[in-house]
Amino acid sequence: MFEIIANNWQQLLVGQYPQGALGGLALTMILSVLGLIIAFPLSVVLAFCRISPYKVLNIPATILVYVVRGLPLVMLVFWSYFLVPVLVGQSVSGFTALICTLVIYEAAYLSEVVRAGIQSIPEGQVEAARSLGMSYRKTMLKVVLPQALYNMVPSLISQFVSLIKETSIGYVISVQEITFSANQINTQLLTKPFEVFAILALTYYILCFCLTQFAKWAERRTTQKRLGLRSPKGGELNDPVLESQ
Amino acid sequence: MPDFLKSVLSLFNAPYGEILLQGCLLTTWLTVFSFVLAVMLGTCLAMLRVSGNSFCERVVAAYVSYQQNVPMLVHILLWYFGVSNVLPIFMQDTLNYFGSEFIYPAIAIGLCMAAYYSEDIRSGLRAIPHGQHEASRSLGLSYLKSMRYVVIPQALRMCAPPFINHTVLLFKNTSLAMAVGAAEMTYAVRDIENQTFLTFQAYSIATLFYLVVSLALMALGSYVAHRTRIPTR
Repeated sequence: MFEIIANNWQQLLVGQYPQGALGGLALTMILSVLGLIIAFPLSVVLAFCRISPYKVLNIPATILVYVVRGLPLVMLVFWSYFLVPVLVGQSVSGFTALICTLVIYEAAYLSEVVRAGIQSIPEGQVEAARSLGMSYRKTMLKVVLPQALYNMVPSLISQFVSLIKETSIGYVISVQEITFSANQINTQLLTKPFEVFAILALTYYILCFCLTQFAKWAERRTTQKRLGLRSPKGGELNDPVLESQ
Repeated sequence: MPDFLKSVLSLFNAPYGEILLQGCLLTTWLTVFSFVLAVMLGTCLAMLRVSGNSFCERVVAAYVSYQQNVPMLVHILLWYFGVSNVLPIFMQDTLNYFGSEFIYPAIAIGLCMAAYYSEDIRSGLRAIPHGQHEASRSLGLSYLKSMRYVVIPQALRMCAPPFINHTVLLFKNTSLAMAVGAAEMTYAVRDIENQTFLTFQAYSIATLFYLVVSLALMALGSYVAHRTRIPTR
């Protein structure tokens, strides 16, 4: 097993990079980071459409979210592999098709997270801001969103973890991310499939496990802050209620 | 538009209709097999997790964290290419009897979703205050009876929504079996697309199939949850 890692670590890490296209773990990370960065603003827009009272915004956004939630990711990948070239008017790489898929998929799922975050801010906050004379836009931008986004950080990290896991779908359209690289190594070695795929699984596990633990830590922290157990400067305050339990 | 509909309908005729039917059947079988496996194993895991034995709890926690932090596709590839190779010969033969491209993805999906189900069940059990258990015990119910009549009926209601979401996820994830050549719905429409070049029409059929089943599962779930909810004042 260590022998396989020692001989192939470069291909797992960056694919055939200096000679060929960037791949491997690096491409997996690029795909997921890029996917999150593009999907996040879209998801905020979608979430506002979902809570908006205007049917013109509300209905299409709701349909989009339900369609994406009801479809397997593989199906979406094939759709975008087929439709994006038609829309753009020229053929696109698997990378572009995969990014488009991940953005649509993740935007739909994240919009539910953002919506829950916005709706978890007490109604009184909105009423107070509105009665101070702020417009709806200003209320949302200056009062609701900053609080909602802060509370959402843990779920955002867990969504990032699922995004990393979803990039493995690139395998079916031959995007050379780490699953594809591992499969290439497997076809070169032929005799050690279990070891190769175990290494692949372990790599994903270590990466995602660290991020999951980070999300749990962030969750504890935001909860503490929300309950007022932590001063803004970071020191812990004593809480008589919790200490008595 | 009539032309489009006509070409969609033409895909239901021989020989493509048969491919579609086979795909539909295999997707159903994959879903049923892995669902049964996942529910049974998930229940056992949840029991072990709340058993109070710290060794068991740690093993289950490690299992759950492994299954949740590795992509489903990697599980399927690991089982199909890897585990199939290291199993003893007689087990390989037994499993291959069911068709290797069916049984290995089905096991992989079942084992992975078991982790999700066990977490759902555990959080449902944890959501019931301990006082409920104590109260029923002090009223003279045995441990099993207080579980059977007081704790579990409430816990099941609590874990219904995530359970339904994960069942939809399980159904959708069966499409990943196409990566190892199982001829389920996604594979079937890819096949038809390659033969006829009616890409749009073929994908539309599969999309409609997945959407209808997923939305039906969600609707059924929320209907059951609504019917069995505990009325609140």
